Amino acid sequence: MKRIISVLVENKFGVLARVSEIFSSRGFNIESLSVGETLDSKLSRITIVVEGDNVVFEEIKKQLNKLINVIKVRDFTGVDHVEREMVLIKVNLSRKTRAELMEIVNIFRAKIVDVGKDAMTVEITGRDNKIQAFIELVKPFGIVEIVRTGKIAISRNKKKEENNG
Amino acid sequence: MNKEKMIDKKKLSGAEILIKALKGKDIKVIFGYPGGAVIDIFNLLYDTDIDFYLTRHEQGAVHAADGYARASGKPGVCIATSGPGATNLVTGIATAYMDSIPIVAITGQVPTSLIGNDAFQEVDTTGITRAITKHNYLVKDIDEFAQIIEEAFYIATTGRPGPVLIDIPKDIQQGKTSKIESGPINIPGYKPTLVGNMKQIKKAAEFIEKAKKPVIYAGGGIITSGASELLIKFAEKINTPVTTTLLGLGGFPGTHELFLGMLGMHGTQYANYAIMESDLIIAIGARFDDRVTGKISEFAPHAKIIHIDIDPASVGKNVRVDIPIVGDAKLVLKDLLKVVKPKKNEDWLKVVNAWKEKYPLRYEKKPNVVSPQYVVECIRDITKGNAIIATEVGQNQMWVAQYYKFDKPRTLLTSGGLGTMGYGFPAAIGAKIARPELPVFDIAGDGSIQMNIQELATAVTKNIGVKIVILNNGYLGMVRQWQELFYNKRYAATCLKTGALNPNKCKKVEMPLEYSPDFVKLAEAYGATGIRIYKNEEVKGAIKKALEIEGPVIIDCIIDSEENVFPMVPAGASLRQMIGGMA
Repeated sequence: MKRIISVLVENKFGVLARVSEIFSSRGFNIESLSVGETLDSKLSRITIVVEGDNVVFEEIKKQLNKLINVIKVRDFTGVDHVEREMVLIKVNLSRKTRAELMEIVNIFRAKIVDVGKDAMTVEITGRDNKIQAFIELVKPFGIVEIVRTGKIAISRNKKKEENNG
Repeated sequence: MNKEKMIDKKKLSGAEILIKALKGKDIKVIFGYPGGAVIDIFNLLYDTDIDFYLTRHEQGAVHAADGYARASGKPGVCIATSGPGATNLVTGIATAYMDSIPIVAITGQVPTSLIGNDAFQEVDTTGITRAITKHNYLVKDIDEFAQIIEEAFYIATTGRPGPVLIDIPKDIQQGKTSKIESGPINIPGYKPTLVGNMKQIKKAAEFIEKAKKPVIYAGGGIITSGASELLIKFAEKINTPVTTTLLGLGGFPGTHELFLGMLGMHGTQYANYAIMESDLIIAIGARFDDRVTGKISEFAPHAKIIHIDIDPASVGKNVRVDIPIVGDAKLVLKDLLKVVKPKKNEDWLKVVNAWKEKYPLRYEKKPNVVSPQYVVECIRDITKGNAIIATEVGQNQMWVAQYYKFDKPRTLLTSGGLGTMGYGFPAAIGAKIARPELPVFDIAGDGSIQMNIQELATAVTKNIGVKIVILNNGYLGMVRQWQELFYNKRYAATCLKTGALNPNKCKKVEMPLEYSPDFVKLAEAYGATGIRIYKNEEVKGAIKKALEIEGPVIIDCIIDSEENVFPMVPAGASLRQMIGGMA
């Protein structure tokens, strides 16, 4: 089962290593991980996507909470939340394919951020399935390169998290 | 003139801040080993009245700090240089981490400008020790140093204690700052829960009231939190038998009629039966280690479980728990005692006592060798239990756990979680420094003692009167026992007499003296005293003689090379499947 976990941490060197080590030392492969400062520059938020069973996952959450630099651990499993990922996709381009590609980009409300002679780069943001569908559609044109940010997530709940700033 | 400039702010170097902080924390004893990256700290230690103990290996220093901490209840401090100094601390730090021992380890580091350059004697110390410390610091800004030291001691000694490491680059030691005081501690991510949830505690009391076959299963947490007295009160109030883990020994009097001894792989049969039959386990400060539970799916099949522990991550980690209570054992027991009703449990105690009578711990006294169990009993008798016993790891450790009836907390020092051979002797040195008024023994095997034997120099030069009792069987005894029982007696690489991988000759070599080293001569080489004994009749005399000698003494006891530790639950088997129970 795929899970998203959000970890609020002190913004200090070495913290990311501590957090990721909790996963790696138990043989968990991190599918994606994104980090950024919060409103309060002393804090960072790490969003991690992993695949794993319940028992080990519960243990990982407890171990994360045990880290001195970890302030809060939030599991989005079963929580009403919004999740997004941004992907930059560089696709082969020719005169013939240009119109069709632009059409797909429009339908998906993606954005062309760079166009060259034989390739263009598209920015797309959204949930997993949307991004996957887009990738499938542009695959036949030839994807040159793909860069993903990893997922970020936020709950729909109005209450803001403690120390979130 | 600017007013601020007029008040000449006092500046200190990093090394001075460290010494000042250690003094402020009333740290009187430090163990360690110097080197280029900590030379500034040592240069200042030179002028202090802090007792510094130069061990002969950094591993000795960290184990000694650990032994000091276990015996005294105060944090142990050790210092090592960068690179190899730091890596030599690793085993000792891991040992302390597994057993929740408060240690502050100070390491030197290459100057910040060189970090990451593969500089001489550089390793990523905080990286290497990340998984085996409760927390660690690399000091990058001298202005934060005073606060870091304060936090390090706070983290090491509060909540579930553990080792904390501070890695100090050389330029931080030498640099100067006026920020020499720490402020109040506020670590947003670290707020240990000490008081247990009252609702849960009341629920626990209800479970206890209803239980027909309750057992208290206590661990090292009892000792750490100083809850021994309350545990006795609690057990007596609800008339419930008590078993402890290896690290819990001494947390409940070994001579108490409710005591079942240790449980688990080498626990007593009656403790294991009681657990397997119980309908309620009250676990306090214990973590259901695999050496305790045996096959986890068959552990205590009829029991509901109350689990009291200060570490939320330990609760429910290995077994399903019906009533989790996160909190300090002492505070939770205090609250629990208020709400729990007195209880008799007569029928259950009758059953348990019958097991105790039917399946006692027993051993055979063989002629022409020393019985290791008897040695342990004699030490207990002669000292009346007013001693500190450190052990190494293996058979020696289990014989101590089985046959020495520990009555008081902090009298057993043993590496439970990590099982570190070589732990006992340096730990005994630390303990003797912490409690000089008590006799301190290291009960060792001939294998384990050789792992940190160099600390004899530390003991001799500082006249630390530790008594080392070597239960000498010429083998790495516990591994040999496993080989005998589960590997068809293929004693691969466990015979110390020949050191061979396939030692067919090993069994034929007759004791004594056909082994290396000769521990009596070795003691003498270091300036200590060596005594060798071959028979049970010599045991008491040797112990008494060793106690009369002021300095360190080795008693080399020649034991049967194939003596085993029984009873034994094979690894991965259920606690019911004990072998050799009636040896």
